Amino acid sequence: MKRRTLIAAALAASTVMAAGAAVAQDGIEIVYIPKNTGNPYFDSIVAGFEDGCAELGCTFSTTAPATPEATSQIPFITAQIQRRVDVIAISPNSPDALNQVLDRARDRGILVLAVNGDLVGNEEHRDAGILPVDFTKTGPNQVELLGSMIDYEGEIAILSATTDAPDQNTWIAAMNDVLENDPKYENMELVATVYGDDEPQKSTTEAEALLQTYPNLRGIISPTTVGVAAAAQVIQSAGVADEVELTGLGTPNQMRPFIKDGTVEAFQLWSPYNQGWLAAHFAVGVRNGDIEIAPGNTFEVPNLGTVTIEDKNVINTQAELTTFTAENIDDFDF
Amino acid sequence: MSTSTETGAGETARTRAVDAHEAAEARPLWQVVLIRPEVMTLVLLIAAFFIASALSPFFADATFILESASFYVEYAIVALVLTLVIISGEIDLSPAALMALTACVFAWLFQAGLPIALAMGAAVVVGAAMGAFNGFLVLWCQLPSIIVTIGTLTLYRGLAQVLAGDRSIGGFPSWFIGIDWRVWLGVPVPVIVFTAIAIVLGIFLAFTVTGRQIYQIGTSPEAARHAGIRVRRIKMGLFMLLGIAAAVAGLLTASRLASVRYDMASGGELQMVLMVMLGGTYIFGGRGSIAGTYLAVWLLVVIATGMTVANIPITTQLIVMGALLIISIIATNFIYARTQR
Repeated sequence: MKRRTLIAAALAASTVMAAGAAVAQDGIEIVYIPKNTGNPYFDSIVAGFEDGCAELGCTFSTTAPATPEATSQIPFITAQIQRRVDVIAISPNSPDALNQVLDRARDRGILVLAVNGDLVGNEEHRDAGILPVDFTKTGPNQVELLGSMIDYEGEIAILSATTDAPDQNTWIAAMNDVLENDPKYENMELVATVYGDDEPQKSTTEAEALLQTYPNLRGIISPTTVGVAAAAQVIQSAGVADEVELTGLGTPNQMRPFIKDGTVEAFQLWSPYNQGWLAAHFAVGVRNGDIEIAPGNTFEVPNLGTVTIEDKNVINTQAELTTFTAENIDDFDF
Repeated sequence: MSTSTETGAGETARTRAVDAHEAAEARPLWQVVLIRPEVMTLVLLIAAFFIASALSPFFADATFILESASFYVEYAIVALVLTLVIISGEIDLSPAALMALTACVFAWLFQAGLPIALAMGAAVVVGAAMGAFNGFLVLWCQLPSIIVTIGTLTLYRGLAQVLAGDRSIGGFPSWFIGIDWRVWLGVPVPVIVFTAIAIVLGIFLAFTVTGRQIYQIGTSPEAARHAGIRVRRIKMGLFMLLGIAAAVAGLLTASRLASVRYDMASGGELQMVLMVMLGGTYIFGGRGSIAGTYLAVWLLVVIATGMTVANIPITTQLIVMGALLIISIIATNFIYARTQR
């Protein structure tokens, strides 16, 4: 009896799977591979994709490795090629370690989109890059925000993600550039750049070490959601919110308590949700032949307006960073 | 004086166990053949294959499984040699870091203008030298291999970072890149290399005098020494061979990724040990086989690939892997305890 039930269940399961495979062949199937699991930031991008696909009628799934190290996404990309998806959207963990496998995906006719972070210097290995904002302004925007909080003088430090994180490294390079070359920031001294690997524990340890090593530290910039939340926790626990200003890139839901209790005055970000929303519309448009990928071309996205494909097929979801403070934070929920 | 990590008490117990074994009746042939850890690995492999095929209609595709295997064979090649090291009663946790170091040496020399063949040769030499360094600390300074290699894993990773810095080194000629996509009779070259090494090492371990001596060393280093086996020399050879295997694995990885970074293969040491353990090799030495490790690699490939292509969340995947490791260790110990009686 029991055995018969099992067989029935197995049959039912295989029927469901066969049906699932058949459905997948009809519509456009999009998969999104974030850097790793357990980072709430990427959940907002996933939500954007889900809503976009619900509206457009595409099939969406997401899968990710446990750790954000350079090569951890490769088996996942290979598996998606095997699943014959139409579109692979990926937030790459490395600017070059994925080149070979992404080429393989494109050879098989899969549309490859870099989402949220680009393959800097290796743009020819993806079809288009959907970035949150104009990344050239991110570093300078962050330096300006922190500068305004510490009267443009004193020692500052950067708490980043992994040493290999392509976006963070681009922004940090731009931060170094303005700090050195813009006379407005000549009294601000960058004393350290440390890496918390986008792990809460390591980021906390690194932030604590910064406070210990540099007693005169006036400010910390943490251009990563995990890092800025960890640093806020450290500053709150140490009770040094008056001496050390913190800003960075964080999500409103993570940072809300620290804004409310005054640990953090202001931080910045864009809307990750909009990236998923835009990427879904773009992917479906390209697949249906409505959008041709070439610099200068434009397309319409509901709620976002007219979007332009820039040089190197980069698409910026929004123009400027959004600054979150006690006044506006309750308008956002992600 | 002794290179042993066993205690005197363990020695006596083992001698007693051997006596008891000789006194007992011979086990029936079917038990000898079937109650072996490798058989358990094989059964798990077959079961995993069917489960994975049921989980996703995209899994049962030989080309795909072989392609996916090339991510694991780099560690697997090292795991084959590590099997010998563990059977001999030692362990080495540094080969993943050594993969990164040798690959960085290769890339650094290549970038400095050395002909690529020479740079590859240099990587192998460095691998052997670093393996010898491990062996020296373990065998001549008489330090426990687990402590030594935890130290050198950090050291080798650090040296790799000194060489390569935080950037990646690439720009290799096209013939060097993408060995995982070169196929021979439909099989990717790294998988062929892995299988060939497994056959050679399997024959070496099972049928040569030195191979049998490795088991004796692992079972009782004292007895092996008294029997005139050159324990140090054999173990030194194994550590160096492991270094060479790490260099080969590092070069394969460099070819697959077309770039080299100091953090390549980070955490790989655990995967390597997992492969050896899953294959039924006894962590305290003296027992195990190349066939077991070979099957275990395919078990890992099938499980990891099957779950990934079925879009099973990584958290579930890690739980399955962890559970499997614990089950295999318990089963291995149980089987050895039974067969020792």
